[in-house]
Amino acid sequence: MTWVWEHLGDIGGYAVSHALLAGIPLLVGLALALPLGWLARRFPRVAPVIVGGSGLLYTIPSLALFILMPLLLGSRILDSINVYVAMTIYTVALLVRSVVDALGSVPEATALAATSMGYRRVGRALAVELPLAVPVLASGLRVAAVSNVSIVSVASLIGYPQLGYYLTDGYQRSFPLEIGVGIVGCVLLALVFDLAIRGAEWALTPWARAAASSSAAGSRYSAIARRWRNTSTRQSEGVGAR
Amino acid sequence: MIRFEGVTKRYAGAPGHAPSVAVDDLTLEAPTGQITVLVGPSGCGKTTTLRMVNRMITPTSGSIWLDGRDTAGLDEAELRRGIGYVIQHAGLFPHRTVLDNVATVPRLLGWDKAKARARAAEMLDLVGLDAAYARRYPSQLSGGQQQRVGVARALAADPPVMLMDEPFSAVDPVVREQLQDEFLRLQRELGKTILFVTHDIDEAIKLGDQVAVLRVGGRLAQLDTPSRLLADPVDDFVADFVGRDRGYRALGFREAPPLALTDEPTVPLGASVGAARAATTNRWLLVVDEGGAPVGWVEPERLVAPIGREHLHRGGTVARADGSYRAVLDAALSAPSGRGVLVDGAGVLVGTVTANRVVAAMSRPAAAAVGEAASGGGAGGIPETARGDHAGSVT
Repeated sequence: MTWVWEHLGDIGGYAVSHALLAGIPLLVGLALALPLGWLARRFPRVAPVIVGGSGLLYTIPSLALFILMPLLLGSRILDSINVYVAMTIYTVALLVRSVVDALGSVPEATALAATSMGYRRVGRALAVELPLAVPVLASGLRVAAVSNVSIVSVASLIGYPQLGYYLTDGYQRSFPLEIGVGIVGCVLLALVFDLAIRGAEWALTPWARAAASSSAAGSRYSAIARRWRNTSTRQSEGVGAR
Repeated sequence: MIRFEGVTKRYAGAPGHAPSVAVDDLTLEAPTGQITVLVGPSGCGKTTTLRMVNRMITPTSGSIWLDGRDTAGLDEAELRRGIGYVIQHAGLFPHRTVLDNVATVPRLLGWDKAKARARAAEMLDLVGLDAAYARRYPSQLSGGQQQRVGVARALAADPPVMLMDEPFSAVDPVVREQLQDEFLRLQRELGKTILFVTHDIDEAIKLGDQVAVLRVGGRLAQLDTPSRLLADPVDDFVADFVGRDRGYRALGFREAPPLALTDEPTVPLGASVGAARAATTNRWLLVVDEGGAPVGWVEPERLVAPIGREHLHRGGTVARADGSYRAVLDAALSAPSGRGVLVDGAGVLVGTVTANRVVAAMSRPAAAAVGEAASGGGAGGIPETARGDHAGSVT
């Protein structure tokens, strides 16, 4: 245990770097997936290309992608940009479908009502569809966050420092405590991401709580809120680390 | 004014099938400041017709004019911001508070937030929603309250034209009637040009200044005032659709002339058995409250205690003495005594009248009201006092 105390500074530094490598691509990937998902719904003909194509990206093995990056980007092998770009690709791969599902969860009647009030397409997407899509979107984002945290640890194989380093280093030195620190660190980090996203969802959806607590149990809005909650439970149960 | 000129909407059929016609060569005018109701069975194209006005649906041919401007030439979003739109289930935004839902169109028009919200608060007051509801979300409201918010939202930017698509059909009958009455009250105040869609002929007749009956396939069957529609359906389809008791319902549009009333003996609530028996030799005796408003009938012979509210027979309706034939006749037919209770504008008893006497007055050939209703008047529609029947039940 003294090893942990002696290396607390390093562990903290690695954890921060791990969080950045997983978190920044999560935000950039979300920013890219939103317009892509919206386009897929707006133009049903290209939807299979956008959704299928982005989904296919997730099948590229992470180590291969990390190694491929310098060739594609012209960067050096140890540049952090390799990891950031690769992680962004994975995030987009996971989130495009989530965005499509999330926008699809907005009741058709509500979207039509927005148009007939005088919203134009983009205004409607930002002011009506996006806020209503938050619950489904947040559950997709939580899956992507956990996936990112676990994929980033693979980057230690190409020598980029983060919590995954303790897994490879501990394995090479047959030092179980160090491996344990790596595992616990990753799990805690994933938990922090999950809580942060839940918190953001909570802050963004006061209306869904109102629907849930409203006594009008038969109202269609609370039915929608119930469906959303169910979806998010299902999705978080299906978290698969790579 | 909304004007349809030879408007047709055709949908391409499935491969191998003929295209289907939703609206067929519709020419129609919805006059400024009046309620025009589109009514018909499902598949008659009434909702399609409505949605072509704000270009949610594009006509296949023909044109739609709004106050002299061809809507096809206007920017879609700007056109829609200038038209109030109310739909079934209200279509409120679940993620916005009631106040912000109502402020939607003013915000789209570029008003600043404070001004839009102040306006929204006014609108909520106008539709009779307590200010306490402003901070709630739509899911926390009943269906009837949501519908009020829907109407408030449509009115917020004060558009001259309103489109209403079955706005009251998703609420229960009692609330529906309340909403209809308040809607008519609002319309008297605001005088909007309204196109109103319903499948309910009773609603059409109650609300419409003019009613357009559409048949399946989107053809206009008849466009007339409600009283004309009841009195003179153009064909079997309209006659069937208007319904069997149209003769009786048409009486709702005929103002009763001053009738010879009978003075009715009354006792106040709380009167003793003796007082009740002394008041009349008739089987039934009318009871009034301290203000002179009729509250119900009692049978003095069967009384064993001073008259309380629990002894009252409440079957009879009351009618305004200057109300419609329908209301007056209904009061007479529903009274256990056979004597219909008539009141003045303040609800105070003025006398009673029997069904025979009402029917006799109706049958008099020279009765002015009869001639006016049967010949249909002009575009002005029905005199306000004759609209609907304001019979309430004696309680």
